[in-house]
Amino acid sequence: MDIRRREPEEFKARYKYLVFAAVVVFLIIFVRLWYLQVIKEHEFRLLSENNRIRLRKISAVRGMIMDRKGRILADNRPSFNVMVMPEDVDDLQGLTKRLSRFLHLSASKIEGKIRDRNRPPFQPIKIKGDISWREMSLLKTNRLDLPGVQISIEPIRTYPHGKVAAHILGYVGEIDKEELKSKKGYKMGDCVGKCGVEWAWEGHLRGIDGGRQVEVDAVGKEVRVLREVPPIPGHNLYLTIDLDLQRYAEKLLSERAGAIIAMDPTTGEILAFCSSPSFQPSLFAKGISVKEWEELVSSPLHPLQNRGIQGLYPPGSVFKIVTAAAGLEEGVITPRTILYCSGIYHVGRRGYQCWRRGGHGAVDLHRGLVESCDIFFYQVGERLGVEKLSRYAEGFGLGRPTGIDLKGEKSGLIPTAEWKKDRLGEPWYAGETVSMAIGQGYLLVTPLQLLNLISSIANGGRVLKPQIAKRVEDVDGNVLEEYRPKQIGRLPISQRTLNEIKEALVDVVRDKRGTGRAARLAGVEIAGKTGTAQVIRLRGTGRRLKPEEVPYEWRDHAWFVAYAPASDPEIAVVVLIEHGGHGGAAAAPIAGKMIKKYLDLKQGGG
Amino acid sequence: MIDKRLLGQLDVKLVALVITLIAIGIINLYSATVNLAGVGLPFYQRQLWWLGIGVVIGLLVFLVDYHYFEEFAYPFYFLSLLCIVCVLIYGMVVGGAQRWIKIGLFTFQPSELMKIALIFVLAHHFAKYTGRDGYRLRDLLIPAIITIIPVGLIAKQPDLGTALVLFFVFLSTVIFVKIRFRSLLILLMVVILATPFFWAGLKDYQRTRILTFLNPNMDPLGAGYHIIQSKIAVGSGGIWGKGYLHGTQCKLQFLPEHHTDFVFAVLGEEWGFVGCGVVLALYLTLILWGLNTSVRAKDRYGALLAFGITAMLFFHVVVNVGMVLGIMPVVGLPLPFLSYGGSSIIVTLMGIGILLNVRARRYMF
Repeated sequence: MDIRRREPEEFKARYKYLVFAAVVVFLIIFVRLWYLQVIKEHEFRLLSENNRIRLRKISAVRGMIMDRKGRILADNRPSFNVMVMPEDVDDLQGLTKRLSRFLHLSASKIEGKIRDRNRPPFQPIKIKGDISWREMSLLKTNRLDLPGVQISIEPIRTYPHGKVAAHILGYVGEIDKEELKSKKGYKMGDCVGKCGVEWAWEGHLRGIDGGRQVEVDAVGKEVRVLREVPPIPGHNLYLTIDLDLQRYAEKLLSERAGAIIAMDPTTGEILAFCSSPSFQPSLFAKGISVKEWEELVSSPLHPLQNRGIQGLYPPGSVFKIVTAAAGLEEGVITPRTILYCSGIYHVGRRGYQCWRRGGHGAVDLHRGLVESCDIFFYQVGERLGVEKLSRYAEGFGLGRPTGIDLKGEKSGLIPTAEWKKDRLGEPWYAGETVSMAIGQGYLLVTPLQLLNLISSIANGGRVLKPQIAKRVEDVDGNVLEEYRPKQIGRLPISQRTLNEIKEALVDVVRDKRGTGRAARLAGVEIAGKTGTAQVIRLRGTGRRLKPEEVPYEWRDHAWFVAYAPASDPEIAVVVLIEHGGHGGAAAAPIAGKMIKKYLDLKQGGG
Repeated sequence: MIDKRLLGQLDVKLVALVITLIAIGIINLYSATVNLAGVGLPFYQRQLWWLGIGVVIGLLVFLVDYHYFEEFAYPFYFLSLLCIVCVLIYGMVVGGAQRWIKIGLFTFQPSELMKIALIFVLAHHFAKYTGRDGYRLRDLLIPAIITIIPVGLIAKQPDLGTALVLFFVFLSTVIFVKIRFRSLLILLMVVILATPFFWAGLKDYQRTRILTFLNPNMDPLGAGYHIIQSKIAVGSGGIWGKGYLHGTQCKLQFLPEHHTDFVFAVLGEEWGFVGCGVVLALYLTLILWGLNTSVRAKDRYGALLAFGITAMLFFHVVVNVGMVLGIMPVVGLPLPFLSYGGSSIIVTLMGIGILLNVRARRYMF
């Protein structure tokens, strides 16, 4: 017989205790059930009718956004919203009629909102947001005729400086269905950052909503507050932007399409970031109307586009910096190499012109950059070939996002023979290398990429991540996060090459034949490079036309990148004027003014 | 391995009890999810599929003599442990907790499997010992380690409910096999002293849940609100209930998990005190039947298996119903047979298979 056979007998001793314990535990549950369902039945039944206990959200105040000196760029103000709880409404038709009269909304529109099928039950629906004081007092006096209507007070986002820095700040709006699916912890009707830093720092800015557990009567009026959790305000964000410089940049562009970005080349901090034309970010917080939205979207100048990171343009002659560096590093030229510019250069059967019809004559690298001689760089490009050129372009940070914490940054494009084969199914032509050497052809960059490029030159070869935020503080002023400079790469060039280029860039502005002399300032040495990006190749006349003689959308884009003081750079600037014509004429003076303003502010502000 | 006399030994009463509970579960789940838009099949139909799979697995578990399982106890345990570790490392993050592992189209929770595995291992361990005057603490070292490892890993996922189930199974088994009174006291002391460390290792939301249970005012918007709504639902059912499909409270999304963890509230609202009383009586019968199976088992091993399963079912029922009625913390344990969810059904029916297995082989040699 199995030795274990006998064993279970010993469990019998504890069996009766275990049965007893189980029965007692179940008895406790029965008693509880009896208490809830028999003794308290009436009370709970009342509470369950019309769902008498409800949760009301208390929205957290969104964190403020400040410039680097603590001046407010985004703030909140109270707004009044008309809400309807359809479950509390008996006479829907009568209610919509009255509401449409008080609020100047069509009855069908109100009814459409109330009858929305996707709404979870017992969730109030917003009929109209941010109502005026007049509307509010009308509703208050007629309160008794409006069962199921509540007025909720919610903080709403305001931007005290209007359009200033709109593309950096971004905007907030009601969360949409897609975002509801992808983001955790959000409910319908919540406000969420849609782009800019409002989007990128959403987690910090948002705060934590509080709420009230309330008991309501049969028409949805609050009888008493059962419990309340206060909301926790969002954290405050300090940007690297200087409001004065930002406003000045916007004034310089006025309504011209383009972008100005300024950066501290030693830290990567963005000092001003202006994309023009701009928009009113506060429109979105209220809930933008269809008409306003269509106006923004259909505008030919696309005000919503952030040109600094989303606008793609050929870099034009600014790219000659890359070609020059590649040429020196790869040894196809030396600083003393002399190439001849006759005004036209032939590749195969085609002639490529220099911007200067008569040619520059014998040109070395220094003069090539200073006077932006196209033919010098055609020849350097031809010696390098497309693969090496594109490799250096990559090394200078082109063709990929700079990594700034803003939504929708574009990569730009560095063409290669392989890319062309894949994309267009055509082989690469030698002439295209020549175009690429002066920043034309398929090359596409964003203004921020060029700023990062010139900034890396200025700081001695370090590629930094452009920083837009300085720090995050909680409401009590405790610093939660501090953003330090972040190096993400190094220019693939030697110090000697770098110095050679820097000397030339100084003469671009200093030399009387330099293309960027319009940026010149008294008392400070500026280094820079012009660029004139062709939008379309004008045939026929052979004469170089003045911008005014060409239709707007065919005019060249004007570029200027600069840094100052040349010996110990504190500020780097990129200026892009869409269809602005020549870089030296349209963009360089603006860059000069930006640098002057920066220096003035530094003196004035201490 | 499979005896012809086996079918004659099938415990028809237990089978009838289980079928009754399954039927109630499906009927109640239909009502609970009638307004709930899901992707693909309605919930109750998906539940039927899971039940089908569960019955097949339960039947297989019943057919094979439970003694054959004994040698696989440790491999099964380590396999489950491995799965849990895998979940911690690779598992997809669902709802902030890593509990699921994906195999083809199925996602399952290895922590559920661990419940059965632990019962097997503990039964195997205690079946060998034949000491007469009770266990000393040092005898409990190995089973304690066997228990603590998965408990810790599962609590880390974090799945507090399942971790507590494992711990409860261990504790009740230790009491069942007879531990010396002094050792029991020391064990209780250790548990009390370990509580602060356990507390420190909890996630914030788990602490909130326990604190909310002790004082629902702490989180009136989250767990406190759920408890209130669940109490309103059950309480408003009254003696006779609002009638099948006539519950309002639960269907209106006040209870976010009213088809899984809070499904008993739907029953309470629609069937009232009478309905709940009947279902609770059925559960109590099941528990007592399980205990009875245990003491009448042929051998120590069978008795411990049956007891472990019973303890697991008991804990699930008591904690879940207690939570819905507001006398237990919101720890998120499914109610056997009634809650929606594949892993829960399969593990429950495996357990029933084991109970039937032990009961059927009482007289067989």
